[in-house]
Amino acid sequence: MKSFRYVRAHSVEEATAAHAGRPSSRYLGGGTNLVDLMKLGVESPRAVIDISALPLDSVEELRDGSVRVGATVRNSDLAAHPLVRERYPVLSQALLSGASGQLRNMATTGGNLLQRTRCPYFQDLAMPCNKRAPGSGCGARDGIHRDHAVLGHSRQCIATHPSDMAVALAALDAQVELYGARGRRTVPAAEFHRLPGERPDVDTEITHGELITGVLLPSATAGLPCAYRKARDRASYAFALASVAVVLSVEESVVREVRIAFGGLAHRPWRALRAERELLGGPPSGEAFRRAVDTELAEAEPLRDNSFKVPLARNLACDVLGRLAASPTGS
Amino acid sequence: MQDTSNALGAPTERREGPDKVTGAARYAAEHTPAGCAYAWPVPAAVARGEITAIDDSAALALPGVIDVLSHLNAPRLVEPDDATLAVLQDARVPHRGWYVALVVAETLEAAREGAAAVRVDYAVEPHDVTLRADHADAYVPEDTDGTSGEHVRGDADGAFDSAPVRVDAVYRVPPLHNHPMEPHAATARWHDGRLTVYDSSQGATTVRDVLAGMFALPKERITVVSEHVGGGFGSKGTPRPHVVLASMAARVTGRPVKLSLPRRELAAVVGHRSPTVQRVRLGAEKDGTLISVVHEVTSQTSRIKEFVETAAAATRVMYGSPHGRTTHRVVPLDVPSPSWMRAPGEAPGMYALESAMDELAVHLDIDPVELRLRNDTAREPDSSKPFSSRHLAECLREGARRFGWSERDPRTRSRAEGPVLVGSGVASATYPVLASPSRASAHAYPDGSYAVRVNATDIGTGARTVLAQVAADALGVPVERVRVAIGSSDLPDAPLAGGSSGTASWGWAVHEACTRLAKRLSEQQGQQLPPEGVGATADTAGTADAESEYARHAFGAHFAEVGVDTVSGEVRVRRLLGVYAAGHILNARTARSQFIGAMTMGLGMALTESSTMDAAFGDFAERDLAAYHVPVHADVPAIEAHWIDEDDPHLNPMGSKGIGEIGIVGTAAAIGNALRHATGVRLRELPLTPDRVLAGLARGM
Repeated sequence: MKSFRYVRAHSVEEATAAHAGRPSSRYLGGGTNLVDLMKLGVESPRAVIDISALPLDSVEELRDGSVRVGATVRNSDLAAHPLVRERYPVLSQALLSGASGQLRNMATTGGNLLQRTRCPYFQDLAMPCNKRAPGSGCGARDGIHRDHAVLGHSRQCIATHPSDMAVALAALDAQVELYGARGRRTVPAAEFHRLPGERPDVDTEITHGELITGVLLPSATAGLPCAYRKARDRASYAFALASVAVVLSVEESVVREVRIAFGGLAHRPWRALRAERELLGGPPSGEAFRRAVDTELAEAEPLRDNSFKVPLARNLACDVLGRLAASPTGS
Repeated sequence: MQDTSNALGAPTERREGPDKVTGAARYAAEHTPAGCAYAWPVPAAVARGEITAIDDSAALALPGVIDVLSHLNAPRLVEPDDATLAVLQDARVPHRGWYVALVVAETLEAAREGAAAVRVDYAVEPHDVTLRADHADAYVPEDTDGTSGEHVRGDADGAFDSAPVRVDAVYRVPPLHNHPMEPHAATARWHDGRLTVYDSSQGATTVRDVLAGMFALPKERITVVSEHVGGGFGSKGTPRPHVVLASMAARVTGRPVKLSLPRRELAAVVGHRSPTVQRVRLGAEKDGTLISVVHEVTSQTSRIKEFVETAAAATRVMYGSPHGRTTHRVVPLDVPSPSWMRAPGEAPGMYALESAMDELAVHLDIDPVELRLRNDTAREPDSSKPFSSRHLAECLREGARRFGWSERDPRTRSRAEGPVLVGSGVASATYPVLASPSRASAHAYPDGSYAVRVNATDIGTGARTVLAQVAADALGVPVERVRVAIGSSDLPDAPLAGGSSGTASWGWAVHEACTRLAKRLSEQQGQQLPPEGVGATADTAGTADAESEYARHAFGAHFAEVGVDTVSGEVRVRRLLGVYAAGHILNARTARSQFIGAMTMGLGMALTESSTMDAAFGDFAERDLAAYHVPVHADVPAIEAHWIDEDDPHLNPMGSKGIGEIGIVGTAAAIGNALRHATGVRLRELPLTPDRVLAGLARGM
């Protein structure tokens, strides 16, 4: 069998040092994606650094009112946490719409962000895939791509990022906390994942040796009306055909705050900055929502078999915006 | 729990339930003989061509790898009737995923790593994997059993053309995969010139016979055990390549060998439901009476085996019409060999026919239940034979009553809950009554117990339990006094669990053996039985397979209510109700399980299950259970299954018809018809996924 070194880390420093010292090492959180990829041969790390014992398993409120989520907090626990349910229900909804109960019990916050695309060509060693084997080509572009990207894709790669959680984080202006040889730094969740460009093999802004230690949920978006909606091929345990996370604050019939992020459309959660700019300060009307979302989606470049994602994303976004404008819980 | 009732029809609990929930039940891959080695297959990476070289040096150099088998060194086997079993026999690659080598190793991990290290070179040839109804290679296959080929009655095309009312529509069903929970697996062991195989199969007698032929061994020297089987849905109906590979590897290495096929490879090697393109033409009077029914089906098969998805067969049974034509066409492509999947033929075919009937009802503004009642028939249209029993009308009426059909507003878009449109639909179902000859034995012992032996297979249906009920009924004793031995080819020969015929076939023989035993016992009334007991045997050859002057089929009616979200295009089933007329129901509990299981599978066919063939690589894209969407619990609403108990003297001694498949047959059409009622959108391609629903809503059809 393919042997690998297993390291059980007891501190963040120990974990990052072990990771940095081995070029082909991977962190192991819940293992719900990494272990699958190892079985498929897509990942064959020489060292697996188990970080599940690190003291990063709590959700705590910081003095400035923001909430810090440890990287090893399980998806189920995060979704159920009172602070999240009360202040950031969009995150709770997004988490609960993902995967299955069993997977959510295992999957961690950091691991969820670092999960890889479920593109069938990526998962099959016998197929070309620029993400898995740079330069081998993209089998999906002219092949099976109903589930693939309509925004921000490149000649090299049309994969989508599968996370629901990350979409909510992008809409909440969350920050991803990283720790590495160069110390601590934070990256906005909306920019943590990259667009594929010429380097589809690089999913995120994380550098080798760095570890996600947590996610910061800012006080600025706490308690704002927000909601998540996802369309999928079956009622549970299916990735998003398209999804949307919306944070919307309306006062005196004027949009005071709005953040919109789409899932299932791109190589990363797609923050709809154009639409947000267009809506900010304007009326929360159905017409304004439609126009703004259409502006955002105007740059979509659907492929042969996934043009449905554009009207689907528009419908979902307009629906959630409209419901939030009418009622803060969006119900 | 003791069940004191021995009446057929009682809801007796399945006997192996505790073994299954406690893990005591052993499946094929859970047998590990001493010294067991593990095998991992190597699938072809091209869609068509020939192997030019195999380099196994890197694989053989890996620690733990025992051997690498390929067509270069594998034993030559006697050519099987089923060409998909001729594995590692020559250099041809008929489709992508075809097995070209097998690695045997000390551990599963070493076998898998070895398989990845085998290098195979191919002379690649251009391939064609795209099914089209107008494909130049399409041909009408020979009709060997009445379900295939072409049947013509009257002037079907002319009568259609001159009919006052016409429906002409094309329906498409994608490739579908059986995906039983237990993947195909076998553990094989040679000892003293004998072969013993634990196989995941729907019929161990057939597996033994086929292995005996291929390995040129007398049947007495092979034992195939299929004690517990985690589903098959047709894909384990006959031997599959894994059992040949495991047996071959065990013979070559001299070690017991275990082979469990990876889930991702099942689509290519165990069979799939062929995609179908179906054109249905209904010509009718203005009152809905059918004048002509034309059903043309195009399906695919592989280059090495002809398999016909007999989707027009049910149309030969369903509705009366003076004119009719049912035509099957098959296109050989460089695709994996299709095979049986639950209600092969009936499930996709009745989706098309029953959707077309709904289109006719809508066109004529006739209630779709009423339209079906108007076209009910006392004789089978194609054969003119009388039905042994046909209670389609009763199923429709009873279903309508239970479902609350009379409260339905027939207008489309008549029920909305915000953006969710709600509608309901109906479809009929049918499935033929099949039975095959079987043997069985029955013994009575001095302690008052009885033993029944028959090589039946329990694929999850409760075969042991219902056979005990059949025996107890024939013997007139409590069911718990009857032991049942099934699942080994050393037991009396029996046909497979398939074609909804298992219980009829095995039960017939069990009933006969027990009836004979009861007679013997009554003859020696009062006498003490000898220690070895008293036995009787039965063989139903010539009886179970006798021609009947009656057309024998089960019928049913499905009712579905769906909610269609016009924002997301998501369709969710809210209620599903089926009423079946399938002879005498022998076990109310396990029968209900089969009905609702099949209805759930039909729900998947309607809404979630889809497989796509990559034209460039010749591969199915959805190859695991994350990508191939079988319904999950959240998709499945309250499902109700009811039945009308039939008293039909022209069946088997138990008076039963098969029940394993009819539940899937009309489900997809009922759901599609409900979608149409809810939205006004008629979709003619499955599954009814958000992309198609949104496009339909946008077209405003």
